Amino acid sequence: MKKKLLGLIVLVFAAAAQAGVAIQHWTAPSGARVYFVESRALPIVDVNVDFAAGAAYDPADKSGVAGLMRALMGAGAGDLDEEKIAGRLVDIGARLGGATDLDRAGFSLRTLSSPKERAAALDLMRTVLQAPTFPEAVLEREKARTIAGIREADTRPDSILSKRFWAAVYGGHPYGRNPTVDSVQRITRDDLLQFYRSHYGAKSAVVSVIGDLSRAEAEELAQRLTDGLPPGADNARLPRVTLPEKDTVRIPHPAAQAHVALGLPAVRRGDPDYFPLLVGNYVLGGGGFVSRLTKEVREKRGYAYSVYSYFHPLRLEGPFQVGLQTKREQAAEAVQVVQATLEDFLERGPTAAELATAKQNLIDGFGLRIDSNRKILEYLAVIGFYQLPLTYLDDFPKLVAKVSAEDVRAAFRRHVRPENMVTVTVAAD
Amino acid sequence: MTRLSKRFLFALVFALASCLARAAGQTYEKTLSNGLKVIVQEDHRAPTVVHMVWYRIGAMDEVDGTSGVAHVLEHMMFKGTRKVGPGEFNKRVADAGGRDNAFTSLDYTAYFQQVPRNRLGEMMMLEADRMANLVIRRDDFAKEIKVVMEERRLRTEDRPEGLVHETLMATAYQAHPYRRPIIGWMQDLMNMTADDARAWYRRWYTPNNAYVVVVGDVDKDEVFRLAERYYGKVKRRAVPQAKLYLEPPQRGIKRVVVKAPAKLPYLVMAWKAPKLQDVDRDREPYALEMLAGILDGHEAARLARNLVRGSRIAVSAGAGYDFTVRGQALFTLSGTPLEGRSAAELEQALRAEIARIQKEGVSAEELERVKTQIIASEVYKRDSMMAQAMEIGRAEAVGFSWRDIDRMLEKVRSVSAEEVRAVANKYFSDDNLTVAVLDPQPLEQAAPRPPAAAPRH
Repeated sequence: MKKKLLGLIVLVFAAAAQAGVAIQHWTAPSGARVYFVESRALPIVDVNVDFAAGAAYDPADKSGVAGLMRALMGAGAGDLDEEKIAGRLVDIGARLGGATDLDRAGFSLRTLSSPKERAAALDLMRTVLQAPTFPEAVLEREKARTIAGIREADTRPDSILSKRFWAAVYGGHPYGRNPTVDSVQRITRDDLLQFYRSHYGAKSAVVSVIGDLSRAEAEELAQRLTDGLPPGADNARLPRVTLPEKDTVRIPHPAAQAHVALGLPAVRRGDPDYFPLLVGNYVLGGGGFVSRLTKEVREKRGYAYSVYSYFHPLRLEGPFQVGLQTKREQAAEAVQVVQATLEDFLERGPTAAELATAKQNLIDGFGLRIDSNRKILEYLAVIGFYQLPLTYLDDFPKLVAKVSAEDVRAAFRRHVRPENMVTVTVAAD
Repeated sequence: MTRLSKRFLFALVFALASCLARAAGQTYEKTLSNGLKVIVQEDHRAPTVVHMVWYRIGAMDEVDGTSGVAHVLEHMMFKGTRKVGPGEFNKRVADAGGRDNAFTSLDYTAYFQQVPRNRLGEMMMLEADRMANLVIRRDDFAKEIKVVMEERRLRTEDRPEGLVHETLMATAYQAHPYRRPIIGWMQDLMNMTADDARAWYRRWYTPNNAYVVVVGDVDKDEVFRLAERYYGKVKRRAVPQAKLYLEPPQRGIKRVVVKAPAKLPYLVMAWKAPKLQDVDRDREPYALEMLAGILDGHEAARLARNLVRGSRIAVSAGAGYDFTVRGQALFTLSGTPLEGRSAAELEQALRAEIARIQKEGVSAEELERVKTQIIASEVYKRDSMMAQAMEIGRAEAVGFSWRDIDRMLEKVRSVSAEEVRAVANKYFSDDNLTVAVLDPQPLEQAAPRPPAAAPRH
């Protein structure tokens, strides 16, 4: 009862604060946290259910469990085999997908809102979430496919770069691990079961819902999706992230282009420095065609088709990354330009004009970030999982507006230290 | 769901169809006196708008020696006009809180901005300006052509699937311009000059060879007023008649092998197939579309069920067919064999899937599933303004009207099992087939290729 009351208070507050997207939030009797936006314009319901069950929680010698387990959940559940699950989804026009990143893993469902289709789709999602059977034969097949994928990826310069970059930036930390042929080969059905039982508990579930349904219907939906989840042991905490020493890793490869990444662990979700970093990064390398990196590397010199920088905030310090691809013979020159651009930015920060332009784009363009149900659903999932303020979407433009040039400089100094930057190149001469 | 009765399925399709009616947006069209067609779809769910300008010109209209010029010009369109300086276009869009980009296909070239609704007029002003007043400076061109070469290295040279597709097209077509890659051959990019780009622009960029698609939170009359004000001033010019290209009949199977650093083989089989020409009278393109859906239109479709999950011969397998093309259509089957299985085995397995349909046909349930997918996709598409604008733009690009889109979908839904079997029997002959295979090479043995000669300017 207390819990319900609390939910109600949060809701009233939220309703008052939300001018744009009205996010309703409560805790289901199962313990799952629920985030809901009623949107009646289209006959669609979108649901996302996430758990703190990302790849960072893989057992150390069995990288790949989180991803493989999540994928296997849709390949057998209750008394349904994978063909029946696929067939039922298709018959009602529903789409069940999902993803595993470092922190989160989960499922997303898109269904028509007509009662019969919606009910059938949610029943199916419920079965997949609550009664996965992990058939041994399917596991063997999916291991073989995963291993084939790893072997293929290990020939591709972009995949090699990504793996080696995360490994170099995070050292032995779970964020730096990648599934290998060996680690996947070691995975057994018991590993999947154990991972499921300890990471897919209702109390760590975050249910996000948007679409053509009422609050009462959303309440029932969220409860039904989570009422039979395993009790869920509490999650192992991730170890702290330590900063790497400045380093350069060079990997030979026959490709025509060198692939380059520079970066370091930088920022957590919910860090108050996030908005100064976002605004600053727009100027540096996030603002597409108008960023400094694009101007220096692409427009002035024709060195690359794509050059960018971004912050990828996670539960722990997620990376800051600068990247590009360039003809292998000119990789050294291109990296020098990137480094000089970055150093200058760290030293001086944005000009007044650049700052104004960045803020104007982020504020005026904020509407583009939330102009579809799917985009809002993604925000709900992030707000819910990382427990960001319910007013996050309303705060976004206000917090951007407050950022000063000094804020940007100071935030970059705190989070992007050259003495901790790692540079990885694949296929550079 | 084999026990699902037909009646239930019918009821479902009916329920879905009523969902669709509810989701449909209103579309309007007007043609300005200079020949520019403006299409508006109102969608008031969010205060944003997508603005696209499509030119009825693509890589297929190029000639040998300047392959890639359509795409190079697309890049140069961001380099300024007499009024708007280099880089200024992107900056103006960014200052409006927007995003912008462009893309070039074999059939068309398109430019778009996504902006808050009150910035539409400014976007039209910018697009109208570069429709008529583009300035291609020699030093901008010299830098940008290098960017395009980097794009080619990224998308094709270092991407085995990219190489396979490029080689497949160059092999399947002997005479038809679809044989040339959109990005252009590297040597053609090296030889290209600013004058090539200028000539392309002068030849094809005029309002009577373009159309505008606007989807978003706008009022159609206001959009037409803005279009008149900005685009209305652009003078029309005569456009050369685009040539009609016909690929001579193929006289036997073509096979080609691509060696590249990789681990797994990759296989594409492509049969020449008819495209849609008459929305009302044609039947075969719709039947081929249905066939593609039955093979690979959804999670429970045949290729994934039989080859990936069932016999486990493939890591992945797919089918592709697009009947809305200006040139010659292809029906493709493709896939990657699982380790230990060869491309030849996968080819046999893919052929067996076609042979089974030729012999046994397809079930009513399979047809129904594809129809359900079509309707559901129509509803889901409404959640994305960009997807709606793209659909309209693509239909118009090949000479159809946005009004035809719903009819085409209806027609696909009317395809019978007999029609699917008939096209499976008619179009999948070896004489009509090109097979391209990736022969994976170990990384260690692949020495870096010598750098190609420097561009001449």
